[in-house]
Amino acid sequence: MTSSLTGVGIGRGLAIGEILRMPDPLPEPSDAASTLDADAEKVRAVGALAATAADVRLRGARAGGAAKDVLDAQAFMVEDPTLKDDVDKRIEAGKTAERAVFEAFAAFRDLLVSMGGYMGERATDLNDVSQRVVANLQGVAAPGVPTPDHPFILVARDLAPADTALLDLDKVLALITSDGGPTSHTAILAREKSIVAVVGAVGALELSDGQTVIVDATTGVVTVDPSAAERAAAEATLADRAAAKDVPVGPGSLADGTLVPLLANLGTVDKLAEAVEKGAEGVGLFRTEFLFLDSAKAPTVEDQTAKYSALFAAFPGKKVVVRALDAGADKPLSFLNDEPEENPALGLRGLRALRANEPILRDQLSAIAAAAAENEADAWVMAPMVSTVEETRYFTHLAKELGIKTAGVMIEVPAAALLADRILADSDFASIGTNDLTQYTLAADRLLGSVASFQDPWHPAVLRLVGEVGKAGAALGKPVGICGEAAADPLLAVVLVGLGATSLSMSPAALADVRAELARFTLKQAKQFAEIALSANSAVEARVAVIDAATPNKSTPTESEK
Amino acid sequence: MATRTVTVASAHGLHARPASLFVQAVASSGIAVELTKGDKTINAASILGVISLGIEHGDTITLSAEGDNADAVLDQLAEIITTDQDA
Repeated sequence: MTSSLTGVGIGRGLAIGEILRMPDPLPEPSDAASTLDADAEKVRAVGALAATAADVRLRGARAGGAAKDVLDAQAFMVEDPTLKDDVDKRIEAGKTAERAVFEAFAAFRDLLVSMGGYMGERATDLNDVSQRVVANLQGVAAPGVPTPDHPFILVARDLAPADTALLDLDKVLALITSDGGPTSHTAILAREKSIVAVVGAVGALELSDGQTVIVDATTGVVTVDPSAAERAAAEATLADRAAAKDVPVGPGSLADGTLVPLLANLGTVDKLAEAVEKGAEGVGLFRTEFLFLDSAKAPTVEDQTAKYSALFAAFPGKKVVVRALDAGADKPLSFLNDEPEENPALGLRGLRALRANEPILRDQLSAIAAAAAENEADAWVMAPMVSTVEETRYFTHLAKELGIKTAGVMIEVPAAALLADRILADSDFASIGTNDLTQYTLAADRLLGSVASFQDPWHPAVLRLVGEVGKAGAALGKPVGICGEAAADPLLAVVLVGLGATSLSMSPAALADVRAELARFTLKQAKQFAEIALSANSAVEARVAVIDAATPNKSTPTESEK
Repeated sequence: MATRTVTVASAHGLHARPASLFVQAVASSGIAVELTKGDKTINAASILGVISLGIEHGDTITLSAEGDNADAVLDQLAEIITTDQDA
């Protein structure tokens, strides 16, 4: 019988397939005394360690790249002679091979955790390999992402970066998670790689392996055991979309010809080629944190200039917006702020942290100005997390003093959105960071799973703030960009343009879908959709109402839905 | 007993990839090698041992081994340590 689950859809993809569940973590092996003799247990342990090392190595060879290095290191951990001695000692003391392996890895893990920092992060690797060895001993499925030979839809509580690094995108048709919101790691990955996904679908963990589902990210609905008619309808939609997919790469524009430049969000120079290939008309958000992470002090002006210059060189004549270092909250940097804070999201972060360490900001702005002078790109710079007019003035004055031609601010704080007319009077442009703007507007920590349902940029309160900035930009003739995850949601992108956004910046993978969606509607329609969304009571209502208005022929409900 | 005292060149010290490369080289040498940092000595073929010493860029460590080709093996290992594997 058909049933359905509802969560938050990421993007607008559709997929049909059989599900596989991510196995639950193994329970801790029992500490009962072994019934075998020590030599027999040692033979079991040696076999399991060798088989696991071989398996991990094989997965590394298949994954390639950075994942291979991580997995090769894990294979050496499994084969570690010191670990083996420890396992043997525990077996001689009467433990089973399972328990001995579990305890030996746990001892090393605790040691690494106590060292903190990078070492602490490696503890996750140890947990993972420990579970794999124990699973091998018990003859059960290894935890982690299943790797069948056929395409499947992955169902999990949520996915960790270690799991997603190894996802075989040719096999994974879609992702369904029971936990996590639209800014969870799973959602961000899905958006980046254009994977069909529904996150936060309560009840997803009750599904069983092999059940067929239809995953519709547009509506966030997962249809379980669909009827033949539902299946045929979904297949027809997929065929239509495959046919319509070939929208030529070109400047983003609405159906009436209104230009809406589509830009890329980038965090490293590695993704430059992909952005150019996908038709990015420039860079709307270049995050500079990667230059600073992992370092005990800020890099030199020369180092930074070389990196920015490589970026600008890829976009001659195009706009490239560099964001000044945005440390704090989810990405602390010890040299900027190492005071523990009760509420880091409300603490010394963004421009506040830079201001408290002005030499770092000066170096960065000087490096950007120097790189801009060497290249033909149109280099813009913006400050992260600006709350007041006074901060705006501080930043733009400093930037101009150091040779930056175009200086603006990010609007992520409701106070800045509400006073956008005054902020924009002192700023060359504004760029709205919808993730933080949503977090601050709904007072819901975006890193906290229990309040993830609040983190939805379709919320009319968030949209109203975006509209304030749009209005101020139009009145003053200043550009208003969007550089949060919201711009990657194709229909929401249309709404944002209706609210006054003049450019949209997103992960390169989202460019094609957004470009196609913009081309379907006129500016007049976009403004109508914006009105419809603003008058809704909730994010869900806003989304449904706009989808409704944007769908010309509403489909009639199928048998099973009656 | 042959020994070499060397300074770690890799930008992120002996973690992750450089540690794997080093341990692999020790394992394939076929002889027992010890690694000492400060007052701690570990089996150099143990990646967990190497990682747990928390060896950073610029740290000084000592390698020691016994046997016929100990000198040649230690020269090769010293070369790995003094090359920036993160570059």
